[in-house]
Amino acid sequence: MRTRSQKWSLLLGATAFLALPLASSAQLSTYDIDARLGTESHIGNITGHAKDAKGDYRRYCVVCHGTLGDGNGESFPWVDPKPRDFQLGIFKCRSTPTGTLPTDQDLFDTIARGLDRSNMPQWSTFTKQQRADLVAWVKHFSPRWVNEKPGTPITIPPEPEVTAERIKAGRDVFARVQCWKCHGVQGMANGPSAATLQDDLGRPIAPFNFTDGSRPKCGETDQDIYRIFMTGLDGTPMPSFADNIKPDEAWDLVFYLRTFMSQKSKEKQMAKQLALKPVDPNAPAAQQ
Amino acid sequence: MRNRGNFAAVLLAILLVCCGALILSQNVSAAGEGKITGSVKLDGAAPHMKGIDMSKDPYCSKAHATDPAHLETYVVGANGELANVVLYLSEGYNGNPLASTAVPVFDQKNCLYTPHVLAMDIGQTFKVTTSDQTAHNIHPNPNPMTGNIPWNQSQPPGAPPVEKSWKAPEFIEVKCNIHPWMHGWHAVVKGPYAVTDASGNYTINNVPPGSYTVTAWQEAAGTQTQKVTVAAGGAASANFSFKAK
Repeated sequence: MRTRSQKWSLLLGATAFLALPLASSAQLSTYDIDARLGTESHIGNITGHAKDAKGDYRRYCVVCHGTLGDGNGESFPWVDPKPRDFQLGIFKCRSTPTGTLPTDQDLFDTIARGLDRSNMPQWSTFTKQQRADLVAWVKHFSPRWVNEKPGTPITIPPEPEVTAERIKAGRDVFARVQCWKCHGVQGMANGPSAATLQDDLGRPIAPFNFTDGSRPKCGETDQDIYRIFMTGLDGTPMPSFADNIKPDEAWDLVFYLRTFMSQKSKEKQMAKQLALKPVDPNAPAAQQ
Repeated sequence: MRNRGNFAAVLLAILLVCCGALILSQNVSAAGEGKITGSVKLDGAAPHMKGIDMSKDPYCSKAHATDPAHLETYVVGANGELANVVLYLSEGYNGNPLASTAVPVFDQKNCLYTPHVLAMDIGQTFKVTTSDQTAHNIHPNPNPMTGNIPWNQSQPPGAPPVEKSWKAPEFIEVKCNIHPWMHGWHAVVKGPYAVTDASGNYTINNVPPGSYTVTAWQEAAGTQTQKVTVAAGGAASANFSFKAK
């Protein structure tokens, strides 16, 4: 009798132990989430309502992002990169500093733009109202929007004229902050740390390859590239460089990064004329 | 008219007494603060700590040319003294955040975190610095549901310190994606805390008199608790002994 009760307590303990990680990952229930169905979004003069996006989400999004918005939809096992977990409120493409919530406009833009090299297509066929409603819906999955405000978008100064000096200065920034550690000296995603990178959930992730014609995930204009390295891509190894690159230097770096990209550009032509060599990864930090 | 004057006088008197009592009580508690001391040991043989291959970054491997780097999951002395154990009051402490103006520093040195475990109070400002001539990215990964939000900032050579604080109690893993072996902890606790030194000793200062549960946390071995009572101005003692997992 005693041994049986011991067995039972062991089984109970084991179950509790196995259930522990599930509980600690703070999974929200439908009940918690439904309490926030009144969530709104504001994009320009459009107001999005979460409850109006229910149909669109069920039809177009739920298969990857899941009914609870935790990225655990039916397609989860088959897609890579994995669908975003909206409950955490952590997003790659933001105009706001690292560690802050994105603005409604950021989410609105991401839905339309899609995410290159992922299963997230461009949802440009939606009306603006539909997209605004979906932004509110995405927000209603995370309690963070109740307790926190989105960050203040970073200021991007007007783009200066591209010059040879600026491209060379951009190369110095690239060497100084050591972008090449992951992206490689020629932007080919083959830096010494490239192979071991992991995202916040411990899954392998590759750095951006500037040379293979890929489009940057968070937009391809010069302003977008500026924003990407100044805000960082939260949830990934890509940090924010806002503390270490001055606004003027940031434009230099944008121009230098353009020289790697396969798309035709003024910067690429100029770099050819300058016969710029890749940075030397073995040069002491002080001399780079 | 006269009544009103009296009333005002009484009110003033009450206010003065209250203020006085408040000031006095604060003085008393400050003077009566005690401490909890003790040591933490690891039972049995110290687990083998693997060496770290830093050859992907010549700066890092050069820094450890004569003194090879090892994982720091267990840092154990010759007689089982266990370092990097966080001790804090998990029950019984209802005080305010510490009035301490100390700013704990988390340094990136020779491609490792110094200290490996940095303890701090909720809301206490801490600093992340770099002593290295190679770029790091400092990437704590708390659970955003607790109120602590993950962030990720670069620190190239010569970069200024990053100053931050955490909102909620949590043991937060800190990583550098550029150097995947770099792994440290921010131990955010409520109220007074201590971390064991290389000899496994600790002292939690600024403990108001009262009964507490002291919790000892080790990153791999888990937690242990003990009940202690601290008398006004006195010292209580709590020793812990962990088994390696």
